[in-house]
Amino acid sequence: MTGALALCRKEFNAYFDSPVAYVFIVSFLVVTYWFFFRGFFLNNQIQMRDYFFFLPWVFLVFIPAVTMRLWAEEKKMGTVEILLTMPVREYELVLGKFMAGFLFVFVSVFFSFSLPLTLSFFGELDWGPVIGGYLGTCFLGGAYLSFGLFLSNFTKNQIVAFILTILLSFTLFILGEDIILANLPDFWVPLFSFVGLGKHFISIQRGMIDSRDIIYYLSVTGFFLFLNILYVARRR
Amino acid sequence: MIEAEHVTKCYGEMVAVDDLSFRVEKGEILGLLGPNGAGKTTTMRILTGYLAADGGTITVAGWRHPDQSLEIRRHIGYLPENNPLYPDMCVMEYLSFVAAMRRVPKAIRKNRIDLVVAMTGLEKMAYKNIGELSKGYCQRVGLAQAIVHDPEILILDEPTVGLDPNQIVEIRSLIQRFGKEKTIILSSHILPEVAATCRRVIILNRGKLAGSGTPEEMSARARGGNAVTFVLKVPAAEVMSKFRAIPEVKEIELKGEEGAGQMKYRIITDDAIDMRETIFRMAVDNQWVLTELYRESLSLEEVFQHLTITEAAS
Repeated sequence: MTGALALCRKEFNAYFDSPVAYVFIVSFLVVTYWFFFRGFFLNNQIQMRDYFFFLPWVFLVFIPAVTMRLWAEEKKMGTVEILLTMPVREYELVLGKFMAGFLFVFVSVFFSFSLPLTLSFFGELDWGPVIGGYLGTCFLGGAYLSFGLFLSNFTKNQIVAFILTILLSFTLFILGEDIILANLPDFWVPLFSFVGLGKHFISIQRGMIDSRDIIYYLSVTGFFLFLNILYVARRR
Repeated sequence: MIEAEHVTKCYGEMVAVDDLSFRVEKGEILGLLGPNGAGKTTTMRILTGYLAADGGTITVAGWRHPDQSLEIRRHIGYLPENNPLYPDMCVMEYLSFVAAMRRVPKAIRKNRIDLVVAMTGLEKMAYKNIGELSKGYCQRVGLAQAIVHDPEILILDEPTVGLDPNQIVEIRSLIQRFGKEKTIILSSHILPEVAATCRRVIILNRGKLAGSGTPEEMSARARGGNAVTFVLKVPAAEVMSKFRAIPEVKEIELKGEEGAGQMKYRIITDDAIDMRETIFRMAVDNQWVLTELYRESLSLEEVFQHLTITEAAS
């Protein structure tokens, strides 16, 4: 795991070596806070439902921005040649990059924790859904990250990686929506509602932590990381 | 140390390396020489485990590609073509990243990096961003990166390309210093470049082995053709016909007009024939105005062109 940790550190620092990290964190907070406060004073309720309702949609744009550079940039600069000739196994490379992305998203989301803290000063905040929401956010973020990391392999162009990731995340997210399920033959409904990322997010953010949802997120993320490892190993 | 047997690699229809076999002994500095597109980079990429060969066997330090690629990669330091680096990282940060990735034990990592920085003369640049360094310093960072884990084998793809003459001399002497204790393969498309550092040379052409030997043998072969360029203030037709009549002249070409009626010519002759005197005498006899006259060795590409042309003719 030394290799994975060293790579994770390098990738994580890379976000902060350039303005990317600061621009990202600030705009992420501005956008999510705006969505939250838009309804907050109208509803006059101490809860964060709105926040977690919009988060998957915000992630749809923000997570691909985190992952797009991970492989594409190495390919463009040619440093991938150094990386792949290091005595490190493929899974360590993939894991190192994934962890760096995850850690970075975690840091960005961590800053938004000022929100529930503030709310708890105003009145009784039900922490269950908030913790659940943050947990769900981590799982959902992890899944999006694994898509983005995988797709970043296929191009030298970061913009292409960015848009492909939005496309894939969007498709998988809406699969379980009612409007899609209603138009499917009955046979496919259970499958689609299981595969859809969004459905699992809703139950977690209600504060119900169901092992099925967690297993679902872990397996989707694991599957794409596995594909990524296969892809990296294939070129040798 | 390195044994390659019948190595083949294709990119789709294109055959990049075609049934290539060679050996490198321990402590040897081998030059891979060939025109661009000859398969030098592909060969090196296969040796370092970046690409898999389509056929053939490669053994490095007793381990075999591709099953034991991880072991092989441990023992190789690699400077890829165009020396890719992370511009946003500082030199120290980059070297400690590479050292960690290349499994330099944590206890000696700091010492090892300091040593490498001193060896490559990067002390003053240690905390600068790589993106701000000059090309020569970047090249040193590339070399430092390749030796940080003290590998037995160094593979350097065109280590001096794009550097100015002073920097070339510096990098060459660095490579020679490493060569005292390591096995090195380096590639180039310039013969004197390889001759300066290598004790043995392999020539690649279109993915095939076109010859091997010491640099002296290679330069002798390269001198197989001599070229003399001269400028005369005479109409071209007259000059061309007079020179074609001389049996030693293999080829004469008109290189263009220099202005004021001066025409530039270039003739190629066999080895060991110096045409300069002949040209001077012809100019005197015919009362041509000679404004320029110099001899040059043929570049490797020209030797190749020449070899392939003469082979096709015979």
